[in-house]
Amino acid sequence: MIPRPDPATVSKRNRRVAFAAAGFVTFMVGLSFAAVPLYTMFCQMTGYGGTPMLGQAAPGAQADSRSITIRFNANTHPSLPWQFAPQQRSMDLRLGEEGMAFYEARNLTDQSVSGVSTYNVTPEIVGRYFHKTACFCFEDQTLEPNQRVDMPLAFWVDPRIAEDPQTRDIRTITINYTFFRSLHDAERAGALANAGEHVGNARFQR
Amino acid sequence: MASSANAHGHDDHHDHHTPGFVSRWFFSTNHKDIGTLYIIFSLIAAIVGIGLSFLMRLELQQPGMQIFSDGQMWNVFVSAHGLIMVFFVIMPALIGGFGNWFVPIMIGAPDMAFPRLNNISFWLLVPAFLLLAGSMFVGQGAGAGWTIYPPLSDDTYQSGMSMDMALFALHLAGASSILGAVNFITTIFNMRAPGMTLHKMPLFAWSMLVTAFLLLLSVPVLGGAITMLITDRNFGTSFFDPAGGGDPVLFQHLFWFFGHPEVYIMILPAFGIISHVISTFSKKPIFGYLGMAYAMVAIGVVGFVVWAHHMYQSGIDVDTRAYFMAATMVIAVPTGIKIFSWIATMWGGSIRLETPMLFAVGFIFLFTVGGVTGVVLANAGVTQILHNTYYVVAHFHYVLSLGAVFGIYAGIYYWMGKMSGYQYSETLGRIHFWMTFIGVNLTFFPMHFLGNQGMPRRYPDYPDAFWGWNLVASLGAYISVASFLFFFYVMFDTFRRKVRVPGNYWGEGATTLEWQVSSPPPFHTFDELPRIR
Repeated sequence: MIPRPDPATVSKRNRRVAFAAAGFVTFMVGLSFAAVPLYTMFCQMTGYGGTPMLGQAAPGAQADSRSITIRFNANTHPSLPWQFAPQQRSMDLRLGEEGMAFYEARNLTDQSVSGVSTYNVTPEIVGRYFHKTACFCFEDQTLEPNQRVDMPLAFWVDPRIAEDPQTRDIRTITINYTFFRSLHDAERAGALANAGEHVGNARFQR
Repeated sequence: MASSANAHGHDDHHDHHTPGFVSRWFFSTNHKDIGTLYIIFSLIAAIVGIGLSFLMRLELQQPGMQIFSDGQMWNVFVSAHGLIMVFFVIMPALIGGFGNWFVPIMIGAPDMAFPRLNNISFWLLVPAFLLLAGSMFVGQGAGAGWTIYPPLSDDTYQSGMSMDMALFALHLAGASSILGAVNFITTIFNMRAPGMTLHKMPLFAWSMLVTAFLLLLSVPVLGGAITMLITDRNFGTSFFDPAGGGDPVLFQHLFWFFGHPEVYIMILPAFGIISHVISTFSKKPIFGYLGMAYAMVAIGVVGFVVWAHHMYQSGIDVDTRAYFMAATMVIAVPTGIKIFSWIATMWGGSIRLETPMLFAVGFIFLFTVGGVTGVVLANAGVTQILHNTYYVVAHFHYVLSLGAVFGIYAGIYYWMGKMSGYQYSETLGRIHFWMTFIGVNLTFFPMHFLGNQGMPRRYPDYPDAFWGWNLVASLGAYISVASFLFFFYVMFDTFRRKVRVPGNYWGEGATTLEWQVSSPPPFHTFDELPRIR
């Protein structure tokens, strides 16, 4: 029979493996939290999930550019007492040309209310070719009691959409917005029942 | 850590001293006692988990609402059944129970690397289970499914404490699993007897090593995700709330990054047990040992990159779906290697169809059925139709409820004599096997038909057209519940008759180290290290 190795050595080696394992655990916990900004960045950079590209100016249409139909869609979360709808159902646009469209929002209450919107385009695969140069959706919008506003957005479609074999058959792109009540506003209105003081930039009402 | 050194020093002086009842069972640091505690805990949790499913099948026996008051109550039962079965029945039995009992013995170690950590692992599970069971009685209960997707699990739709209790229960269970995983990894890497190289290590120890790594890498991600969910619910963050710039789909990614490895965590230890049983009862070494070990490693590795096949309906684009489809189907290759190696082990072997072997062969059959429906569901196009139907329910119950549970039963019958020193009655064991086999097949096979006909899961009621197969499934469930109760009778009978067994009661087919010690093993095994040939 072989004698057992020295307990102190075994315990030292065990501790080393355990610390390495604990390192893995810490790393994975970190990764799960890092996923939050990374996922957002990933969507913004790749246009994944129909996330439009932001900020680049339109190159202007070429003489032979074909046109594409842009449709507009609007949703409002039930917690936001607004009427929110596009002013035009659809418009035709040449590739590379900058288009301008308006949404109309009306505050149905006699209090001032702020909302914030999320947005994407479908088919989701065109996210990387759809550019927004200006949009009401980039920041919170506040409407005074019963106020009615026109909300503009400017956008263009990258002509490369016609070259990519996966997107060249696409003739219609739908822009979608969903308006939520902003967290600041919900907190001001006392609508945050139990979540306490908010720490994010927005949160909708319960 | 220091304590393990102390404990060893202590043992040297009092070789066969057994502590008193309280210090043995409540402050236990002995891997066999902790393993026993885990198995008892798992059986108690199984009474609750199976009881819930029994009530659900009572409700579904006919159309209309019979015993459930509303949909939320149904959802609470569905969620509790899933979470209890996953975290408090299958994992404790396979990992905590058999893992603790047999990994140290099989690799010739005197105990686990960190005996006190082992004790904490077990005792974290108890409050976790109480919190989860308690959440059913608080407010309107936690009814967001075991997947706890927001927005259903946020404070708009699951208000009150119960959801937080369930989430905290998952935190505790997760901490328990992580500590257990650290312990297993350290034990297997550092405490093997001289000569026990990794490539000579029994397949059950291999399965526990892979499982421990899966736990180590996946459970922290669940921990992160549910922490974010808790802060979203209680502290005003908006990780998963679009109004604050969050994204609910991110939760699904995080959850399934944990959730998919989790299903392998539940089945890999069963793979290990089945390998031992098949080899013992065929009187042959396992066919393709290294292939079997590395097939498990491959399943573990690929299991981390297939998670979005649970999310085909979450608006991911067609290329992403194509990748996840292909990656998912790749898993059928190592799984097929295992199935065919088991069959090849039996081929030409001197087969004895005793109870553990019956359960092992039953496992191969049921797991193959579940595996085949899994390949069907891997197709994104097919899943457009089958998503969230009873076809999915049938699939995962075939691999888990039938696969993993048959693995547990095979392990219990295989090692019963080793763990307790008493042999079960072979006749009763066979009756139990056939009751279970008929019961579970009658319960879950009709669910394939219901799913193909479009019956959605997670509803307490259904149109009359689905009545026939639901009745059959409910009758099967009653047989399954009866077989579970009968299992307790088999155990009772074992301890009443007290038929003593020798060290190696299965004979020449049983070759691993646990068969070289007495049954039950002495309180401290391998104080002197065994020599591995």
